[in-house]
Formats: sequence, structure tokens, C-alpha cells
Amino acid sequence: MLAINDKDLGTPARDSATQVTLEIDGRSVTVPQGTSILRAAALADVAIPRLCATESLEPFGSCRVCLVQIEGRNGCPASCTTAVEAGIKVTTDSAALAKLRRGIVELYMSDHPLDPFECKAGGKCELHEVARAVGLEQVRYNDGRNHLTLASDDSNPYFSFDPTRCILCSRCVRACDDIQGTFALTIDGRGFDSLMSPGQHQRYIDSECVSCGACVQACPTDALMEKTLLEKGRAERAIVTTCGYCGVGCSFKAELKGADVVRMVPNKDGYPNHGHSCVKGRFAWGYATHPDRVKRPMVRKRISDPWREVSWQEAIDYAASELRRVQKKYGRSSIGGITSSRCTNEEAYLVQKLVRAAFGNNNVDTCARVCHSPTGYGLKNAFGTPAGTQDFDSVMAADVIFVIGANPTEGHPVFASIMKRRLRQGARLIVADPRAIELVRMPHIEADYFLQLAPGTNVALFNAMAHVVVTEGLADEAFVAERCDARELKIWREFISSARNSPEAAEKISGVPAEKIRAAARLFAKGPNSAIYYGLGVTEHSQGSTAVLAMANLAMITGNIGRPGVGVNPLRGQNNVQGSNDVGSFPHELTGYRHVSDPKLRADFESVWHVKLDPEPGLRIPNMFDAALDKSFMGLYVEGEDIAQSDPNSQHVAAALEAMEIVIVQDIFMNETAKYAHVFLPGSSFLEKDGTFTNAERRISRVRKVMPPLAGKEDWEVTCELSRALGYPMDYSHPSEIMDEIARLTPTFAGVSYEKLDRLGSVQWPCNDAAPGGTQVMHAGEFVRGKGRFMLTEYVATDERTSSRFPLILTTGRILTQYNVGTQTRRTKNVTWHPEDRLEINPHDAEQRGVRDGAWVEMSSRAGAIVLRAQITERVQPGVVYTTFHHPETGANVVTTENSDWATNCPEYKVTAVQVLPTTRRPERLPADRMLQAAPVAE
Amino acid sequence: MDMAHLIKMANEIGGYFEAMPDRAEAVNAIGAHLKSFWEPRMRRQIIDYAEHDGGELKEIVRDAVLALRAVKSS
Repeated sequence: MLAINDKDLGTPARDSATQVTLEIDGRSVTVPQGTSILRAAALADVAIPRLCATESLEPFGSCRVCLVQIEGRNGCPASCTTAVEAGIKVTTDSAALAKLRRGIVELYMSDHPLDPFECKAGGKCELHEVARAVGLEQVRYNDGRNHLTLASDDSNPYFSFDPTRCILCSRCVRACDDIQGTFALTIDGRGFDSLMSPGQHQRYIDSECVSCGACVQACPTDALMEKTLLEKGRAERAIVTTCGYCGVGCSFKAELKGADVVRMVPNKDGYPNHGHSCVKGRFAWGYATHPDRVKRPMVRKRISDPWREVSWQEAIDYAASELRRVQKKYGRSSIGGITSSRCTNEEAYLVQKLVRAAFGNNNVDTCARVCHSPTGYGLKNAFGTPAGTQDFDSVMAADVIFVIGANPTEGHPVFASIMKRRLRQGARLIVADPRAIELVRMPHIEADYFLQLAPGTNVALFNAMAHVVVTEGLADEAFVAERCDARELKIWREFISSARNSPEAAEKISGVPAEKIRAAARLFAKGPNSAIYYGLGVTEHSQGSTAVLAMANLAMITGNIGRPGVGVNPLRGQNNVQGSNDVGSFPHELTGYRHVSDPKLRADFESVWHVKLDPEPGLRIPNMFDAALDKSFMGLYVEGEDIAQSDPNSQHVAAALEAMEIVIVQDIFMNETAKYAHVFLPGSSFLEKDGTFTNAERRISRVRKVMPPLAGKEDWEVTCELSRALGYPMDYSHPSEIMDEIARLTPTFAGVSYEKLDRLGSVQWPCNDAAPGGTQVMHAGEFVRGKGRFMLTEYVATDERTSSRFPLILTTGRILTQYNVGTQTRRTKNVTWHPEDRLEINPHDAEQRGVRDGAWVEMSSRAGAIVLRAQITERVQPGVVYTTFHHPETGANVVTTENSDWATNCPEYKVTAVQVLPTTRRPERLPADRMLQAAPVAE
Repeated sequence: MDMAHLIKMANEIGGYFEAMPDRAEAVNAIGAHLKSFWEPRMRRQIIDYAEHDGGELKEIVRDAVLALRAVKSS
């Protein structure tokens, strides 16, 4: 069922410069060429009854209810599959049409509950609405065979399928195929035996269904319905907001009954998802009201003491007094703060302002340190700004798509559905990954080249591809001559042409056959529009920044920058990674990525903040840990991050946190970091506050409060109170005022305001006088830095080497149903699909070690050892093992090391030398036990 | 802060920039990187090390670090 108050125009919009004028029921209507008569009529407020047609799907023409008459033509064509033509005269309502429609609808109703109040859709069943519209008063065929006794499929935790209400319109099947691209549903059987079926006569939960919700949204009756809608009833109102999960940043309508969320429905008018969703954003929001939510502030003097619930005032005062005490004892630079990519732009901005203005230093960092900080370094140096070059829709203009170190179908599923659509249209695909991700081969998609490289060898691969482009004369010479720095290009061209960067040399390093590298490079260079999409498999390496620079080089040398369909596109892990970086969360930069050492810049901020600013860069997160163990960094304010679980070498992090004298954690749950905290300040979820998120395509979207904060305060209010208690009042009455301040101080945000966001829905920065409506594609005509900069990218092997003691390489990733360290998704029914982290191991390696599928194994590294269950699969190559990091019981980061990117200290999560052996050990507490307790209480 | 860790980080920075064909340019780039991204206490410590020992630093890194001494005294 569509969102409440959504108008369905029946068929998709058509984009054409040619306008066509026709007449519908005597009204003159002008629409783009290619538009269906059904849509043209709806645009003119003429409602034509229909069942199988809906705006999100291409017309199908099966229900035959939307029949119309066209003057001078025989028959009654379906208006959904008939395009407009200039000058035709269409009649949508006549006695003949009414009789035809009544006859068709009567047949549908003969196998459907007759009383609309029997419908679970709360009177919103489209079949009943159509029956009313066509004047159907009675059904003559009630005594025939029907499907009204079939059993429901309630196996999916979030929605049910009741086949007695199904009218076989195929909207669900088409949504699964065309929108989601999973092809999990079908109409099975012929004639009367036809039934909608997930998989092959399977229950939903046993099929390939990924629970994106597209089928539920497309269903015109109550056959497919959200369980929350069945339990709570139809919502009364809807508020548009932005998803709190991944960096795609989908727009949703939160449907409410009072202050109670009934369901989250993807916003069909919203960017970038255009009405699509994934299982997390659509269904996994119940964590917001999970009983584990902490609603009262707490303090304790020592981390061995029990927590004591206190008033907000007492908690804030204690936190402030401790921060000042530590500064007095250890110095001004002995404290700092960490902002979160799960918090809003406004909240991240306030935390960095608190650190710079109230703490008086630049010791502020953000979780992007451990994910995409190399993106910031690389793209800023090469292009002039540390952000993705395109909008997500740009992929629909790509001819060649190069996916490396990313797993979009699991990590960024809504963008993946757009990408898959483009691939089904014929775009070519190159995948480079140590592990065979789903995109390598799936329904109607197969990678042209799957480059299964050894972990840690991305730079060698990129260099070899660029080598082929340069040495085989495939470079876009006109582009680089006009757009790039000539001196840097000359030096780079000499470097990249050397034999050490040849595919043959890269083969020895990466394991990818040279001929395959050459073929992939030729395909990428040929384009004509070639786009790179990458994730943490590129950045979380000792050469993460070098790899980003190498991708930028490859894009520039092939002329793939500055227009739709091309570009270098980071797929950001968390919803607001881009935004938290934009608003000054890095220790060396103020908002808009401008270095703190710039005196004029500091003067601008000082005039608004009324305080002197430190011109030196502050500590990064890993530096903070080192400094804590050195007794020179003794206090930390952490908002919305779980560094004890998410950062590498957990024992080192724990030791650093234990060494600190004041740790303040602000979060919605008692997380792993809170075990080392002295003050706990309850946070607010994305449903409980106002603000903005900025997604991976630089799109700033509004987050709107749909329910009051459970603990009484939005996060930005808590930061303001802490600042006030520290003697630096920050007085804002609403987050819009914080955004106004960001806009005033940041040229790329100068045109951003809540008024504009409310008016336009969202904008992509840069948004200023030069681009008042925002910027979809960057570096068109000229790079932000002027000339594009080729930088040298020598391959340097990581220090993390395999040995006889640690002969395997561990790499990590995420799974569709879980998110990051699982704080949110583990508290939803998503644990149905992923109750524990498992270790993927190749059959060859498993056999050598006597490891059986599902058996417990101990995985040890130079940093530590953990216990988890093995999953034997050929997805990973021999010598490589893989696991997710969603469950704290697994403690995947116990084994990861402190090796990090040379430029940014982003941890090298993707390469850890390990040994895996069968074990009789067990984790202290089994993940499944915890999930069994957590799962039933929230959606 | 852990000296071995600082030396490793500095050498890795040097490992990137030493590919530049002009050595003086590479030394400047290493120094600029340390100045831009390293917090003063880290810089002070690596400078002290370079001044009094520096044996574990790559030569090009040591040169870059020593060139930062003016910053240390400021």
C-alpha cells in the first residue's frame, strides 16, 4: 500500500522535450511525449479506475480495468499501455466502458472478500475502491471455486502475505524485478491455479527475498501488508524525514498515529531513493523504542562503581567540572571530543565547536577516521574537494561501472537497485574484490571482469590499469591537456609507464592475471562513460589514500570526470559520514575542509564564536588513544560512537579508555564504550530530533522530529548544556539556527537553509550564489582546485604479512540486514537473518585445518584471538577468510591491528594476518542467546 | 606517546612521498604533511627523536623532521 495521501498517477513520468496536446473528456491536456493516457488523465484530475497499474512500475496491461475509448478508433485500449498522441480525443467514462469495467471487476470480486470492512487495509483496498468507482453492487459468481481458504504466509518478521486477498496483478512481482532487481517472486501455475509465490513454492523467509518492502508497497489490496499496520491500524499523518542508516540517505515518510510510528514508507518524491527502500530503513526502526534505551542520565566516579541515575543538571555539571579538573591538572590539550556520523550535521557542528571554543583545542575527530578519511585526503588533493563527484542517479548514464572494495547489494542496497537496473539495460561491469560479491553473478547480471585480487593490492591494480591506458594510447589527451596540471601529468606519465606498474608486475602482487587487467583497463578506457564506485575495501588499508589518488588518476587520464555517468564515487558507510566531515569534525579542519592554520579563516570564526582559536591541528582518534596511555590525554566526550567496539585492536582501545579520568558517553544505548565511561548522557534517535543529514552524493536532507525524545532532550540540546556548564554558552532555539551559522561561515553551504530544504526537498552542496539549487555533478568545466592533479602512487606492501604462524588474510565486511556494530539492528527482528557473525573460509583451507561447516573455530592474529563459527564457501579464495563485525560477542576487532593508512591513520581493517583452527572454546555469551532475548520486543 | 609508533607513522608518510623525483620537493612535502596533520606534541616528540638519535627514521624523513625545528621552537 502506498503512503497515506500519496497520489498515484498510474504510470511513470516520461522525459521528453516534445510536448503533446490531446483531449480527455473534453479537457485539453498537454504532457511529454510517451506519457500514457492513464497518467495524462490523472494529471488532469481525471481518475481512470485501474488495478495492475501503479506509478512506480512500467505499464503491464493485464487487468483491463483502465479501458478508454478514442474517437475514430475501434475497441477500448488499456489507457496504461497506450501513449498519448497529438489531437486524439479520449473518453474515459461511458455506458459501454462502465459495463466492461463492471464485468471485469465483478470477476475479481468473485474471489475476494466482498465486504470492504473485512479488508485489513483499513478501507484502503484498491479493489474495493475500484468496485465502488465502477458501480459494482453485487457479484453473481459467489458459488464458484475460489481461493478464500488459502493459508497466510507470516514467515517474514515484518510483513505477511495473505493469498486470499491476492488479485494476481503482478505488481509485487514487477516491483521485485524492476525496482529491487532481486527476482524473488513469480506467478506460479496457470489459470485458476495461478498463485503469487516467493521463490519456488517457498515461504517468504526461505526465498531469495531481501525484504526491501517494494512488493508490500506495490500491492493494491491487503494481500501484502506490514505487520505494524495490521497491529496498529492506518496512520493519521505522515512526516517526511531521512533514514538513519547508510550513506545512501533515503527519504522516508514516517506514518504516525498520535506519536506512535505505524510504519516507514519510502518517499516516492524523495531523492535519492525515488520511493524505494531496503530492509533496514523500511522495517528496522523499532530499536528507537527498544526497552534497552537509556532514558536517565547516569554518573559514577570510577568505572568499577555501579551507575547512579541523576538529574540532567547533575550529570552535566559533573561532566563539566571533571573536564575542567582534568584540563587544570594535565593541560588545555588533555581533553577532546568525537563526533558521530549517526548524528546530524548540526549536532556534529556543535560538538566540534564545543571542542574548539569551550575546550580550547582542536582535539576533535569523527568516526570517518576509521572509514573514509582517505577519501577526504585523496579527492581533496586530486580534485580540490573531498567528496564524491556525482549524484546517485548519474549511474543511469554510465556505460562501464567499476565497483571496487564495495558490496553495494549488502551495504548500499537502494543505490545497488539503481545500479542493477542500469546493468540490466546493458552497462558493462568490472568488479574488483578479494571476495566474490553478489554483483559478480546474479539474476540478469554478470560482471564482464571479476578481478579477484589479494587483499591489500588495490594500488598495484589501479596502477596497472592506468599503465595500460597510457602505454596503449587510450588516454583522453584532450581532457588532460585542458583540465589537468601539465607538470604533474608529465611526472606521473613517466612513473606510470614504467615496467614496475605493468599488468605483469601487478599480477605477481595481486594474483590477477595480467591479460584480465589489460582487458578491464581497455573496457574502462573505452567507456565512453566509465564510473568508479568504491567503499571501505579501498580506504581501510595502509595505502587507502594512495588508492583513492590512484582512482582519481585513472578517472582523469580516461577523461571520466565532470559529466553525468562518470566520476569517482565513494559509497559512504553511515548516513552522515559526508556531513559530519563537512561541518568541521576533523582535527585539522574547520567547516568546508579549511585548515585551522589559516589566520583569516580563524578570524572569521572567532568573530562569530567570540573566542580565540588554536591554529594547530588536534589529535586524531588513534592519537588520542596513544596519548591517553602516555597520560597526556585524559578526558573524552563521545557522541554517538562506540569506539570500544568499532575501532581496531580493542584491547588497546580499552586500555586507553581505562587510563582516562573522565569519559562522557552520549548514546541511545549502553554500548561497549560506556563500560569505560564516568558519565552517560542519554541520546536521541533520528526519529526524535530535527536536523539534517548529508549523504554520499553531498545531498543535504532534513531530519524531522516525529516523536518526542525519550530522554527529554535532543542531542544538540545536550551539547549546548554541556557547553554552558563549561562557561561557553551556545544559545540556539532550533537546529535551523545552527545551520544558518554553518551557512554563514562556509562558502559551499552559503545557500543552505531550512526554508530552502523544505521548499526543494533537498540540495547537494556546493549550494551558494553560483549554484543556488545545489550541484549534481562536480568539476564540470574545471576542477574545484583549478587543474586536476596527478599524484604518484607507488605500490608499497603492507607491513601486515602472512607467516607460518598466521598464514591467512582476514578481511571484513557487512551484511544487508545488519548495520555497523549492530547497536541498532541487533535490537530489531533483523536478527532473524543474521543472529551471529560467521567466518567465511574456502573449502581448501577448511579441509587443511579439519574445519567443518558450522563448527566453532578460534581465529588468532598478532593482536588477539576470538571464537566464532565457520562457514565454508568458495566466495572467498584460498588464503583469505572473511567475517562481519555486527555482534559485540564476536569481537572481530579484537584481532584487527593498529596498522593504518599512511596519510590519515584510517585503520587497515581489511588486511589482518590470522590463523584459524578448530576449537572447543566458546564465546562467553552466544550471540543467539542475546538475540532471542532482544528480538521479540521490537520490530 | 609511543615512539616506535610515531617513527612507523613518519616512515610511512616518507614511504609515500619518496617516490617524487625531486628530493627537495619530497622533503618539503613530508614536512608539510607533518605540519598539517600532526598535533604539536607528536611533532615535538619526533623532532626530539630526530635531533638526538633518528636512527630508525628513513633518511628523507629525518631531513624533513629536522626542517620542522623552527616550528617546534615557536
